[in-house]
Amino acid sequence: MTLTAVLLLGAFHGVNPAMGWLFAVARGLQERSRDRLLQSLPAIAAGHLASVAVVALVVAATGSLVTGTALSIGGGVVLVGFGLWRLLSKRHFRWVGMNLSLAQLTAWSFLMSSAHGAGLMLVPAFASAHTGHAGHAMSGGLGIAALHTLAMFAVAGVIAVVVYEVAGVAVVRRTWFNLDRMWAVALIAAGVFTLVQV
Amino acid sequence: MTLWKPDPTFYPSPRDAAAAPPEKLAYVAAFDRSATRPDAMAVLDTDPDSSAYGTVVGWTDLPFTGDELHHFGWNACSSALCPNAPHPHTERRYLIVPGLRSSRIYVLDTKDRVSPEVVKVIEPEELAERAGYSRPHTVHCGPEGLYVSALGGADGREGPGGIALLDHTSFEVLGQWETERGPQYLAYDFWWHINHDVLVTSEWGTPSMIENGLVGELLLGRKYGHRLHFWDLRKRRHVQEVDLGDQYQMALELRPAHDPTKTYGFAGVVVSVEDLSASVWVWHRDGKGWAVRKVIDIPAEPAPAELLPPILQPFGAVPPLVTDIDLSVDDSTLYVSCWGTGELKRFDVTDPFNPVETGSLRIGGIAGRAEHPAAPGVPLSGGPQMVEVSRDGKRVYVSNSLYGAWDDQFYPDGVGAWLAKIDSAPGGGAFTFDTRFFPHGDDWRGLRPHQTRLSGGDASSDSYCYP
Repeated sequence: MTLTAVLLLGAFHGVNPAMGWLFAVARGLQERSRDRLLQSLPAIAAGHLASVAVVALVVAATGSLVTGTALSIGGGVVLVGFGLWRLLSKRHFRWVGMNLSLAQLTAWSFLMSSAHGAGLMLVPAFASAHTGHAGHAMSGGLGIAALHTLAMFAVAGVIAVVVYEVAGVAVVRRTWFNLDRMWAVALIAAGVFTLVQV
Repeated sequence: MTLWKPDPTFYPSPRDAAAAPPEKLAYVAAFDRSATRPDAMAVLDTDPDSSAYGTVVGWTDLPFTGDELHHFGWNACSSALCPNAPHPHTERRYLIVPGLRSSRIYVLDTKDRVSPEVVKVIEPEELAERAGYSRPHTVHCGPEGLYVSALGGADGREGPGGIALLDHTSFEVLGQWETERGPQYLAYDFWWHINHDVLVTSEWGTPSMIENGLVGELLLGRKYGHRLHFWDLRKRRHVQEVDLGDQYQMALELRPAHDPTKTYGFAGVVVSVEDLSASVWVWHRDGKGWAVRKVIDIPAEPAPAELLPPILQPFGAVPPLVTDIDLSVDDSTLYVSCWGTGELKRFDVTDPFNPVETGSLRIGGIAGRAEHPAAPGVPLSGGPQMVEVSRDGKRVYVSNSLYGAWDDQFYPDGVGAWLAKIDSAPGGGAFTFDTRFFPHGDDWRGLRPHQTRLSGGDASSDSYCYP
C-alpha cells in the first residue's frame, strides 16, 4: 500500500463529519468563537492518531511473532469481518455529552475512530511496513499513522473552517452522504486487498 | 431503514427548522373514556390545497382497550445531527405512543401510508421489569436513545416516577435512566439543554393522585408537584431541586429555549391554591446553579355558582388552569392554554423575563362555553388544552381534552371533542381561528383528542445542537 493511499485514507477520514470536524464547528458556533473551533481540531486529531497508532503497534507486535503471510491473512480476515459487521449493524456510536473539555474531546475522538475501525483500514499499510525487523516495523507503522493523521487533520481543518466561515452548517443536510456504509465497504476492500496480495 | 442522505426533516439549527415546509398531516392521539373501545391515532389533513383539508383522513385503532393515549413522540429527530453521536441516516418514521393508564407503549409506523400501522407493542411488564416504572408519559429522542418519562413505580408502587430509556432501533426498554435521583419522587414532563448536558424534569402526582380525578384534599394540602429538578444529562445524576413554593400546584409542561446556546426555559403551573390563579415561570442559570422566576400570572375569573361544576362551586370562580404551554421554534412566541377559562393566550417572549401579551382567543371554557366561528350556535365544552405550533410558527393547533377523569370533574356534562387550528402571524400580528379547520363532535367517533404531532416535526418534538 503506497504513501498516496495512506494520505488518501487520511483525507477520507477527515471528510467524515462523524470523525470530528463537525464537532469542532459546533463548539465554535456554541461560543461564536473561531478560536474554540481551531483549538478543538488538534485535540480531535490527537485522539485519531492514538486510535490509529494502537493498531500500528498491535500489527508490529504481532508481526514480530508470526510470518508476514500469516500477518496479512489474519489482518485481512479481521478487516473483512469488521467491515461486514459495520455494514450490517444497526447500532450507532453512542456518546452523551456536548459540553466537553479538550481532553474529553480527545478521548471522544479516540473512541469514535476506534469504533469505526479507522486504524484497521490501514492494516494493509502496516503489514507492508513489516520487513522482518520488529523495531523498523514499529517505527514504520507509527510513521504511517502520523502521516495519515496529518492528512486527516488538514482536510478536517479546511472543511471545518469553510463550513464555519462560509458555507454554514446547514450544508450537512444535503451533503452528508452515508459515509458509514462507504466506510464499511472500504474496510472490506482493504481486507480483500490484503488477502489478495498474500 | 438507513438512508444515503440525512432525513430531510432533520435540521441542524432552530433557524433552519423554522424555514421548513409546512406540515402535510397532523397525528392526534384520541382515547375512549369508557375504555370499552380501542383508543386511536387519528390523522388530520393539514394541506390547505387538499380537498380533505381540516378533516380526519386517517385512523388507526389500537389492538387493546383502556390505554388512555396521552403524549407521544418520534423515534428520531434533529438531534440525530448532533456531532457527538451522529446518526443522521435514520428515518423519522415511527411514533412512540404510550398509554398513560395501561402503561403499554405502542410503536406506530407512519411511512408511505396515511393511517399508521402498529408494528410493536411494549407490554407494561417489560417497562416494569427493566426500568421499574409505570404510567409512561413524555417521549423525546435523544443522545442515548429514546427517553420516556413515567409517573409511577412498578409492581403497584406509587413512585418514584422517572425516565426509562428505550433503544433507538429495537425500541426495547433498556432500563432506568437515573443513576442517582436525589430527593426527586414525583415526575411528569422533561426536556433538556442538550449542548449544556442538562436535563430538566417537572412534577405532577403519583397514579393514585390523578387516576380517579383531582383530589381536593391533596390539592388544598399542597401535595401535588411544585418543584423543578435539574440533572446532569451525561452522568444521569440529580444536581439541583428548585421549589416554586407549595402554593403553586402542578408544575407541568417544560419548554426550554430551542437555541442551544441559551439556558432558560418556561414551565407552566396549573393552579395556585391561594387565589386559583395560574402562572408561567422561567428557569435560568444563576451563578453555578439554577433559579426560577414567575413571569406570567393569570387570575381566576369570578362566575356564578350555577355555571360551575361541584368541584368549583365553593370558590365562585373559574381557575384558568394552565395545562399546556408551547414555545415557537424561534423562541419568540409562547402560547399558553387556559383550559378552565377557555382561552388561548399568545405572548411575545423575545425577552423571556418580560413577556408581552400579543393575542388572546376564547373557545369553550367552564363558564364561557365560547363557540368556534366555523360552528356558530354550538356552545363548546372543554378548553384549549394541548397546544402544538408548526415549525415556521404560523399555525397553532389546540385540542380540548385534558385527562379522562379530570375532564369529567371540570366538564361534568361532557367535555366534547374538538380540535381547532389557529393562524398566527409573526411579530404579534393577526391571531385568528381557521374556519376551514375544525374537526369536532362526531368527527372524533366518540373519542377525545389529546396531543397533536405534526408530520416532519413541530415546536415540541426536536432539539438542536447548532445555534
